[in-house]
Amino acid sequence: MAINHDQLIDMVDKIPTFQESVHRILALTTSPDCSAKDLVQVIEHDPILTIKVLKLVNSAYFGLSQEVTSVNHSVVYVGINTIKNVAISVATTGALPKTNKAGLNMNRFWQHSLAVGVIAKLLADNKGVGKNEQANYFVAGLLHDIGKVLFAHFIPADYQHVLHKSETEQIPLHQAEKELLGFDHSEIGAMVAEKWQLPPDLINSIKNHHGSTEQDQNPLSLAIYAANQAAHYLELIKQASDDDNEIALNMALDIDKALPKPVKTWLGWPLSEVSKWLSSLDEEIDKALAFIDLSDGE
Amino acid sequence: MIINLRGVRGSIPVPGKDTVKYGGNTTCIEITTDEGDKIIIDGGSGIRQLGNEMMKQLPVNCSIFITHTHWDHIQGLPFFLPLFVPGNNIDIYGSFDPVYMKDLKTILAQQMEYCYFPVRESELNANIRYNNLKEGEAIKVGSAIVTPLLINHPVLNFGYKVESNNKSFFFTGDYEPPLNIYQPDDNEYDEYQRLIEQQKQILTEFIQGVDIVVADCQYTREEYLTKQGWGHGTHDSCIEMARAANIGTLYFTHHDPTRTDRELDEIYQDVMRQNDLPPTDFHIAMEGVEIKL
Ligand SMILES: [Zn+2]
Ligand SMILES: [Zn+2]
Repeated sequence: MAINHDQLIDMVDKIPTFQESVHRILALTTSPDCSAKDLVQVIEHDPILTIKVLKLVNSAYFGLSQEVTSVNHSVVYVGINTIKNVAISVATTGALPKTNKAGLNMNRFWQHSLAVGVIAKLLADNKGVGKNEQANYFVAGLLHDIGKVLFAHFIPADYQHVLHKSETEQIPLHQAEKELLGFDHSEIGAMVAEKWQLPPDLINSIKNHHGSTEQDQNPLSLAIYAANQAAHYLELIKQASDDDNEIALNMALDIDKALPKPVKTWLGWPLSEVSKWLSSLDEEIDKALAFIDLSDGE
Repeated sequence: MIINLRGVRGSIPVPGKDTVKYGGNTTCIEITTDEGDKIIIDGGSGIRQLGNEMMKQLPVNCSIFITHTHWDHIQGLPFFLPLFVPGNNIDIYGSFDPVYMKDLKTILAQQMEYCYFPVRESELNANIRYNNLKEGEAIKVGSAIVTPLLINHPVLNFGYKVESNNKSFFFTGDYEPPLNIYQPDDNEYDEYQRLIEQQKQILTEFIQGVDIVVADCQYTREEYLTKQGWGHGTHDSCIEMARAANIGTLYFTHHDPTRTDRELDEIYQDVMRQNDLPPTDFHIAMEGVEIKL
């Protein structure tokens, strides 16, 4: 079942390039004085993005009384700031293949990805990372597990075994991947990020989110590592309190204890503390999920 | 109806000797219909004192309309005592935030999270109903009709029109007339300008002939040169609105927190010396002022 490096490259090749527009939007919106004119131009030059943005603005979520007919119209109507946020969500989530052939639960996948994105951004904010850089933290969180989608999409039968092994043997997914496939999702995820020409920091944060934080102590990598563990921690705590599950509780405590030293130092608190100020996370993520379903193409 | 300005300040409350005359509390407007129905627009710090007064007659029944959830428009809500008392009936209206996918209840619950505030949203004991408003959706409160219109601010912001017994009132919330994002020699400039005019026309028609308008006027013409896109209006933009819509009376509000009473008076006198003012009655919004209609 193990795959070789060529197969890995082959999968990455088959992934569509991150549209130029997505790049440009991310680049634009992370610069502090993103010009409205430039943003409109980027959206308008990508017909699919344009349709998706208009579809969302005209949806029941906005509840507008006039129909919005152009990107310019949408900016006059709901403001550049709102359109910017809509474009970021639509652009990043629309770039991935929709898949569930291997039985990868896409809803849960997005829920987790969003959780990590939101937590990473909150942590960044807490650590005094500039507002304009925080978008990178969110995107890195959103994309950190995208390798899973590739596996599920291109080698569904094999990946089903991987998912099964991880579940029955109660081992982390990346470990099951490594054992059965020879590669794990962080490696292929980083390759995709590289193909999409995302910033080097972002690529590294995807590559190292299960790996060694001894070598990579970039704040973005530490934040993604911490946010990923925090998301797992919160899920286990919830499970523990929902059905009085002692195993889940112990697993959560283990995650907290096992945080690598650089992450712990960067974070400044144990996860049990961090989780206190993430109490509204669930609700936020549920709502953002609706966003993703909406941007699901035609 | 009676309109009571409970908070006229923008951004942050500024109590102190320099704001005694016009007041330091952030946005809150109380409207009482002839039949005694209570409508409150925005929950800035001005809503606290209003709540204390309303507690004298229980149970409290009122409808609170939120223009947008910037801090200066909701910061007084956790101190609005009627929310804590069982038997009170409070309807809260506002827009769903489509960008962060949050409804009003979520936003207010987050505002009351434990680290900021010692009481949780779930411990508010009044009968509270949250309603996500759609643009143009008319809400009946007793004899009054309240209608929201989306007008430009960095986040979605509803201006509210209140009509009752042939009298009408409009509050902009925070509003900056949209600006053209293109340069005059860009191809799209004209088309964008057309869209702006169209959007302004919608507002003009919506408030045509309204008796009283309270409008965001945080900046002077000079200040605005460096504050474009910050989401607030100027005297010029308020005057233009009043002229276009034949407004009877307009109150300049959302005073910049740095503005002293004296400056407010001086700026007002300056503006009133302009030559081509429309026949509108212009006033500086003052906390505690009661307007009978
Ligand atoms: Zn304001
Ligand atoms: Zn505002």
